[in-house]
Amino acid sequence: MPFIPHTDAEVREMLDAIGVSSIEDLFDEIPPNLRTRSLDGIPEGMSEQEIGRLMHQRAGQDGRPLCFIGAGAYEHHIPAAVWEITTRGEFYSAYTPYQAEASQGTLQLIYEFQTMMTRLTAMEVSNASLYDGASGLAEAILMAVRANRKSKSGRVLMPVSVHPHYRKTTDTIVRNQAISLVELPYDQQGGHVTPESLAQYEGEDITALVIAQPNFFGVLEEVDALTDWAHRNGILVIAVVNPTSLALLKPPGEWGETGADIVCGEGQPLGVPLSSGGPYFGFMCCKKEYVRQMPGRIVGRTLDRDGREGYTLTLQAREQHIRRSKATSNICTNQGLLVTAATIHMSLLGAEGLEHVAASCHANTRRLVELLTANDFVKPRFNRPYFHECALEFSIPLAGMTRSFTTHNLLPGYELEQEYPELKNHLLVCATETKTEADLQLYAEHLNRMLEEETKAGRPVQPKMA
Amino acid sequence: MLIFEESRSGRRATAQAPKAAPEAEDIPAHLRRSARPGLPEVSEMQAVRHFTRLSQKNFSIDTHFYPLGSCTMKYNPRGCNTLAMLPGLLARHPLGPEAVGQGFLACMYELQEILKEVTGMKAVSLSPAAGAQGEFAGVAMIRAYHDARGDSARNEILVPDAAHGTNPATATMCGYKVKEIPTDKNGDVDLEALKLAVGPQTAGLMLTNPSTLGVFERRIEAIAKAVHEAGGLLYYDGANLNAILGKVRPGDMGFDVIHMNLHKTFSTPHGGGGPGAGPVGVSERLRPYLPVPMVGKNGNDYVWLTEKDCPDTMGRLSAFMGNAGVLLRAYIYARLLGREGMQRVAEYATLNANYLMKRLQEKGFDLAFPNRRATHEFIVTLKKQDKTLNASAMDFAKRLLDYGYHAPTTYFPLLVPECLLIEPTETEAKEELDGFVEAMAKILEEATSNVDILKEAPHTLPVRRLDDVRAARELDLAWSGTVG
Repeated sequence: MPFIPHTDAEVREMLDAIGVSSIEDLFDEIPPNLRTRSLDGIPEGMSEQEIGRLMHQRAGQDGRPLCFIGAGAYEHHIPAAVWEITTRGEFYSAYTPYQAEASQGTLQLIYEFQTMMTRLTAMEVSNASLYDGASGLAEAILMAVRANRKSKSGRVLMPVSVHPHYRKTTDTIVRNQAISLVELPYDQQGGHVTPESLAQYEGEDITALVIAQPNFFGVLEEVDALTDWAHRNGILVIAVVNPTSLALLKPPGEWGETGADIVCGEGQPLGVPLSSGGPYFGFMCCKKEYVRQMPGRIVGRTLDRDGREGYTLTLQAREQHIRRSKATSNICTNQGLLVTAATIHMSLLGAEGLEHVAASCHANTRRLVELLTANDFVKPRFNRPYFHECALEFSIPLAGMTRSFTTHNLLPGYELEQEYPELKNHLLVCATETKTEADLQLYAEHLNRMLEEETKAGRPVQPKMA
Repeated sequence: MLIFEESRSGRRATAQAPKAAPEAEDIPAHLRRSARPGLPEVSEMQAVRHFTRLSQKNFSIDTHFYPLGSCTMKYNPRGCNTLAMLPGLLARHPLGPEAVGQGFLACMYELQEILKEVTGMKAVSLSPAAGAQGEFAGVAMIRAYHDARGDSARNEILVPDAAHGTNPATATMCGYKVKEIPTDKNGDVDLEALKLAVGPQTAGLMLTNPSTLGVFERRIEAIAKAVHEAGGLLYYDGANLNAILGKVRPGDMGFDVIHMNLHKTFSTPHGGGGPGAGPVGVSERLRPYLPVPMVGKNGNDYVWLTEKDCPDTMGRLSAFMGNAGVLLRAYIYARLLGREGMQRVAEYATLNANYLMKRLQEKGFDLAFPNRRATHEFIVTLKKQDKTLNASAMDFAKRLLDYGYHAPTTYFPLLVPECLLIEPTETEAKEELDGFVEAMAKILEEATSNVDILKEAPHTLPVRRLDDVRAARELDLAWSGTVG
């Protein structure tokens, strides 16, 4: 019996102690007519060797294509030590540190994580994580509505250049709480949010403004101007940031005169593998004045009876197990194991290592864009600086080409038309530090060959405008 | 010592990042960072040693008996982790085309099918990232169902007073008022009170069965009838599914929507507080509202089902597909157990709980519901010890740590004074349970002879009892020093 240690003799002894004759007797409070008749749809059990064989086959079946997709999940080198230590049983198989004295390892680690995140974002406090970047943005918006006591409207300005899945997730989660998400367009040339698009909201009752840096197109926003505009109008600023980029870019705590108020984002780039989209973790930081409105677990440092320093969950009066229907969120667990990985990852890279990663991603993507646009048919869609992703406009149909790339074991990027119908034949490309010059060249070679075939085939190719 | 305090300026684990930082001259200065963040500067070995040592300060299933009630802390098979972390699975981008994801999608599709079968529901979505998100999805689907029928006057969710805190918090997040239903003296929902509470305002009832009191809700059919007759829907909180896996199915009990905690019943790791996974299952009438994405089958091909395929979906709950890697571990676990293994989970979890309950009773501990069978867990109340010996549930819990046992859940459910909610799970051997009984008996003796041993406990851990009041009043949430 897999994972059940009982011998027949022990079962007998235990049943005797209880005073019943069979295990079946222990279920005598369940109405007999409700009892499960059969589970025929569930296959027979397998040995570890058998399931191992199946999983190796399935993992191998999908191949290892060279991936230039980003769009919210980024391939980075992860030091071997990160998951070696993270999957130690003492981290892997522990639970939420309710018994602080028996959980000092996890608790101190979270305190170190919180410290690292406040330093990366230049904010005062951090929580112990949320489910992922998208649900984290939803929680940040709910938090802003609680925190901005001067605003009564529940209106939140949401640029359409924020990750489309984040916007959808946010809508799902805040829909029933009298909050309205007001869309802000992106500039046709720059791909960013312009002061002109904000002008019509001047002086209105708005609760919060969401600023993604970089935005979904990889484009860098004018964060100082946006932040100051919001604060002049009594609007809280919610920053959505990529943690890798913060090694290079101005941290949200320093945006404008007084900095962003709430910062959230996807923590995956910090030591978490792509793994089909999860488990990842969302992070959240804020100004200290709003900490009591923050959702999720928070760890604090305190003293024990002998005056020794120790760590414990704190501000639990915000949470569902105490406040029930009046809690800041229904959130219960965080993503502890991923935070463990991220904390080890950040320790191994340090500020300098992270900066090298960020700068290499940036340089690789620029080089890729240079290579892919050295023809008459592809050009960057927007003219502003970007971090490690860039939207490319193709003057030929993309659909056939992306399939062709896939057969060459290369994923060329994310087709923006899926979420932005107006961006037909646009590809969002990303080249992290994991890509070599040879990888970038290979991509360009495939592209050039396909362009050649397209032109030879006499299809209506329109050269790009200067 | 904090990792920051071990830092030395200029030290680095240079094997782990590109050697140089190319100049990013195209990014204007006002968008650039002006000073590096104060992260630790340590060698690779220092980091390895630091975090290995931290891990050794934890209790965990791999090192200790962990009878934390309502959390199902059973053995997390190592094979599930190893196989879910095969390089091909880790490298797969969530937005990669279906053509290069058939292996992964096949696992997800089969997991959906297995969960449907074992719960008796008609359709399953795997996307909620945790139990609380599954609850949110479930109640949001109840709302979508009523709204689609133009039945929007239903503004109330009923929740038994024994429920987890997430239940009322979830109902509020979905825009509902919460009405609590009392529990009778035998631990069942007060059926008469329920019948008086239901009405045209009732959107649904959220119920955990077995309940958080460690007993099976015997009148579940009558409860389902009362709620359904009033036009409400029945929500099953799967927190305690381990107790009935393969024995009785929520779908057969009349539930319209359920969530499952795969980190409990399907033994995925708790990870020091997550990640979990909280798939939802529904009856036919709620199928259109399931959260996306899901996995479908088109001929021999596995495909994603998104908003385009499910126009009435309650929506998306995370950027991609929830905690995919956790789902893989649950899938592998389900295949290891198979049909028979799944039924044995409930059998041996129940055997262990009833045995432990009986033995503790013999040692002089009072049970909250002495006339009921234990399910996979049960409640001991230390009200008497607290009153006569000044030994509280918290004192027993802390002293257990000294004996090498993680404490049971304390002070939950709130209905039972000075309670310990004890869940041994099916993966513990008899000698481990006997050891726990002996430790409890010894602590009871200590409480009688010298209660201070309990009051001062724990004595043997890295820290003694921590000052929670100070932690909340003098907030210290991040280290303020400068790295060396």
